[in-house]
Amino acid sequence: MENLLSRHRNLTVLVLVLFVQVVGLAVQVKRPTEGGSARLLRVWAVSAVTPLEKGVVHSRSWFGGVWRNYFDLRNVRKENQGLRDENQRLRLEAVRLAEDASQARRLQALLAFKEQYIEQTLAAQVISTTGSEFSRGIYIDKGTRDGVGVDMPVITPEGIVGKVFRTYPGSSLVLEINDPSSGAGVILDKSRLQGIVKGNAEGETLVQNIMAEEQVEVGERVLTSGGDRIFPKGMPVGVVSSVTRDKRKDMFLTVRVKPAANLNRLEEVLVITRITEKPPEIDNTGPRQRAADIRAERLPQVPPKPPETTAGAKPGTPGAAGAAAGNAVPPTGAPATIVKPPVTATQTPPGSEPKLSTKPPAAATRQTPSASEPKPSTMKPPAQKPPATGPGTPAAVDAAGKPAVKPTVPPATKDKPRP
Amino acid sequence: MTVSYTSREQIEVYRFNVGAAVGIPLIAVLLQAFIPIYLPVFRVFDLPLLVTIFFAVSRRSPVTGLLAGGAIGLFQDSLAPHNPLGLYGIAKTIVGYAASSLGVKIDVDNPGTRLILTFVFYLLHHTIYFVVARGLVQQQDLQWRWTYMLIAALANAILAIPIFAFLDRFKRRA
Repeated sequence: MENLLSRHRNLTVLVLVLFVQVVGLAVQVKRPTEGGSARLLRVWAVSAVTPLEKGVVHSRSWFGGVWRNYFDLRNVRKENQGLRDENQRLRLEAVRLAEDASQARRLQALLAFKEQYIEQTLAAQVISTTGSEFSRGIYIDKGTRDGVGVDMPVITPEGIVGKVFRTYPGSSLVLEINDPSSGAGVILDKSRLQGIVKGNAEGETLVQNIMAEEQVEVGERVLTSGGDRIFPKGMPVGVVSSVTRDKRKDMFLTVRVKPAANLNRLEEVLVITRITEKPPEIDNTGPRQRAADIRAERLPQVPPKPPETTAGAKPGTPGAAGAAAGNAVPPTGAPATIVKPPVTATQTPPGSEPKLSTKPPAAATRQTPSASEPKPSTMKPPAQKPPATGPGTPAAVDAAGKPAVKPTVPPATKDKPRP
Repeated sequence: MTVSYTSREQIEVYRFNVGAAVGIPLIAVLLQAFIPIYLPVFRVFDLPLLVTIFFAVSRRSPVTGLLAGGAIGLFQDSLAPHNPLGLYGIAKTIVGYAASSLGVKIDVDNPGTRLILTFVFYLLHHTIYFVVARGLVQQQDLQWRWTYMLIAALANAILAIPIFAFLDRFKRRA
């Protein structure tokens, strides 16, 4: 026997090594929980690889940042103009959506409906993939030390990416939605059909569990349904790219989805670390901004008269800024008379582009707590404003030292100065 | 493109210093995980497999080849999300053993030989992976795709030629 083993030493070692690995596999299949030595091996492997990958990725982004910040500024002016135009268009759209949203919130409140809010996110950088062609996963540079936990959703501004599958002290493994073992509850935007989005071996993203007799259109948006209790409801997943009958299960459709997030080129992602559920808040305060008002801001404005500095406000002080902007907020307890100037008049030099507030309309119209509810009827043009408050009036200044009351556009009042 | 047979007297056995023996597989696994972030098509390559084949045929020792293959495979398994440890391990153990056994018999320094060897071992590796994944681990989602496999095997075989030529620099005569 010994002779036989020594004669076939190579083969014996091969059989032995294979046997050990097969037994190891069997144990892991029988007990799929991540425990014991398997977990330890993974931790060692990931710990060996992560620092190197972090080093490479961070130095690459540092060099990239230097390039972008100092050398690649040629197209900034053009890009700036494009962004201004887009900002204008988005603001118009936001006004319309805010109307819809407030109506929806009122209805939800009537039904005691609880909404999910993304309360906290953590930005993370992708440091590597899994290195396997049979799986779709990425490693990010944030782990348990940064508060990342298993099953936390991972998104980009374009759409969902996947969920945290494993965590390590300094990194985490994210399973993408196009991995065969992933899954997320989704709903089709138009048809309101619900299904589960999964990946396949080719790395495609599919919506499963949709019956063959249903009508699904190519180009239809796919959103998260919230049914999986991982992803908040309504986040973009992608658009339907093709619809065919399932070859294996004839009674179902194979709905292919083009993911909204570019899963093949992920460099930075956001991990949603906290989601809260609460009933929607109805905000009936403040005057509503109208699309026409935003359009009016684009028109040339008459530069305002220099503010009368009788209140002792010095230029440059926060209170003075608020006063100069015509945002006179009375001292606490004073009668609430909010005066709103044309938004562009005070901060934009004549002849230049009007400056637009990037704050959403609802927030832009919200007033400081000390001011009572402003009504459109109480608004007065700058010429009729009451004396400005002194510098540093608490209500007029926020934590950053900026005027707390954002300049907003008054409704089209008759006495608003126009050229 | 010829596969040249050599006599036993002509066969040279090479060894590697510890830095190369540990560093090259580590860098291979690292690059395999890192490059697809910026170049998704790189998923089609299997650098750890190429390194396994290179070490096995250079050392020409089946035991060393299978142990190196097993270690590289387990390392790769530990980074994959739902691979139980051993899937790549088993496949690369067998490839390491087979490559080093074959390295004893044929001249593996010839680019033509290397092309054919890599092509065949890529298919062998994925066949073993597929059988184990479907049979032992019950990964029923895994589909065998002939076209993809043949293209991937060819791509790996072509990539193997410059990579092996580069790695030849680390070889030392035993």
